[in-house]
Amino acid sequence: MTDPLVRAIAVTKSFGHNKVLNGVDFEVRPGEVSCIIGPSGSGKSTFLRCINALETVDGGGLEVAGAQVGYTLEGESYRPWRDRDFAKFRAGIGMVFQRFNLYAHLDAAENVATSLINVARMDKAAARRRAMEELDRVGLADHATKRPHQLSGGQQQRVAIARALAMDPTLMLFDEPTSALDPELVEEVLESMKALALGGMTMVVVTHEIGFAREVGDTLSFFDAGTIIESGPPASVLSDASSPRTRAFLDKVL
Amino acid sequence: MTASHRRTAPILGADGSETPITPRWHLGRWIVGTLAVLVVVWLATAIIFNENIRWNRVFDYLFSPRILDGVVVTIWMSVLATVIGLSLGVVLAVMKLAKNPVLQWIAAGYIWFFRGTPVLVQLIFWYNLAFLFPYLTLQVPFTQIGVQWDTNQVMTSFMAALLGLGLNLAAYFAETVRAGIQAVDRGQTEAALAGGMTHMQTMRIIVLPQALRIIIPPTGNEFISMLKTTSLVVVVAGSDLMTNASQIYKQNNLIIELLIVASLWYMLLTAVATYFQSKLERRFGSDAVRLVRGPGFVQKFLRNGQQAQTATESIATNSEKATTR
Repeated sequence: MTDPLVRAIAVTKSFGHNKVLNGVDFEVRPGEVSCIIGPSGSGKSTFLRCINALETVDGGGLEVAGAQVGYTLEGESYRPWRDRDFAKFRAGIGMVFQRFNLYAHLDAAENVATSLINVARMDKAAARRRAMEELDRVGLADHATKRPHQLSGGQQQRVAIARALAMDPTLMLFDEPTSALDPELVEEVLESMKALALGGMTMVVVTHEIGFAREVGDTLSFFDAGTIIESGPPASVLSDASSPRTRAFLDKVL
Repeated sequence: MTASHRRTAPILGADGSETPITPRWHLGRWIVGTLAVLVVVWLATAIIFNENIRWNRVFDYLFSPRILDGVVVTIWMSVLATVIGLSLGVVLAVMKLAKNPVLQWIAAGYIWFFRGTPVLVQLIFWYNLAFLFPYLTLQVPFTQIGVQWDTNQVMTSFMAALLGLGLNLAAYFAETVRAGIQAVDRGQTEAALAGGMTHMQTMRIIVLPQALRIIIPPTGNEFISMLKTTSLVVVVAGSDLMTNASQIYKQNNLIIELLIVASLWYMLLTAVATYFQSKLERRFGSDAVRLVRGPGFVQKFLRNGQQAQTATESIATNSEKATTR
């Protein structure tokens, strides 16, 4: 079996006195789609944000591609990363947010091209071409010159996916990508994500879309009160969840 | 607004009958309006027909070369001091939000000092810098390589004015910029960091361009205010509009006349600046705020607000047309 791309060992995290993550053990192997479900406030989004170091971890260990997130081993001890180490690390991980977070002052193509130009140091014409390719892949080439506020929520989220993919990430993180969308716009975003999963992308998806998890996910983890209390192939977690807490949640959302 | 929008179409009854509306005379409004006009006219005549004001001299001086020179200096001084203030204000705001506590303290100290001392004091201080440092020296440490200037030659009244007004504005403007930066949605920063940008890049490429749109309308106010604040330069003989006017009236004692001349010019400059400011606001104002906010409630709220605003505007223009007819 290949080494995991993401490996969390007893990860803990607090906001003040509030313990958000309480010993999370988690693994994703390359090419896997790992879905995370659970009630709001259970720490699933916080955990996702720890993976690309938007949040820091207080205890335990978190490795991405074999390297400790936020620290470099120097001799006998770990040394914290500098700003540019974080930037370099995050450049290889795509992230899609619940609220899209498209750059409001840039049009769709510029949103996709910005990191290519300023992070990947691509020249402007090449970045623009690449941006158009990525927009075409999510079916939005016609909307390249529109500002975020001129696009529907579903279109904005597809631009956000294109923006993340343009950087050729080895891992994609999705933080409730369809929760802020009107119901009829959810499908177009899920389709883009399915296509990505079929293409072999490693994905960690925090979602409430049980159908997507069942159909596309390789593993499904159930978060509650800062830990994963159930994990396994989606079909088995969904049909015969062992913990009553998981079953109560699934009864509500299914 | 709505009161002046008067319905003219008759009222339709259930049986198809049409009953016209007889307009109502608002007697209270007429009385108050008439009284107000009387007071204004009385004040205006008291000034215009005051025999102590020699209006012909006002018009003599209105376009005299010295006054016009002063106007040019005032415009230049306002523009340059505003540019200095705005640029330094942005730097201070970024410093105040920086992670490095030393930078935060320096920015906070600067703002405290320049907001805590009167601008008049600062102007006089800069003008008299030579008492403190007779020579200004730029030198590579431990060598003889460097340049030196005589402070009195560098610190002309114009330079003192620019420094005094610009550095002072920077302290005030830093707070505006900081508010603008903090008004940019946190999600924008997160997206930029997630996209592999450093904190500096995030600030420069994503946050500042959006924050600047928010703070453009207040910059118009700062400039208009600066136009008139330049008159303080009179204490260092800055050869601006106010200085030149005061030098003329000190010779011929036509104090009120020359104050009127200066005031007319300040009013004209302010009117021009206000015109450009309203253009700027229309270009960047509410639209920019909507742009940088996340979608959802705020966006919807602002969009509705905008529609309501345009609706009242069209009503207003309609009623204006109605009254001119």
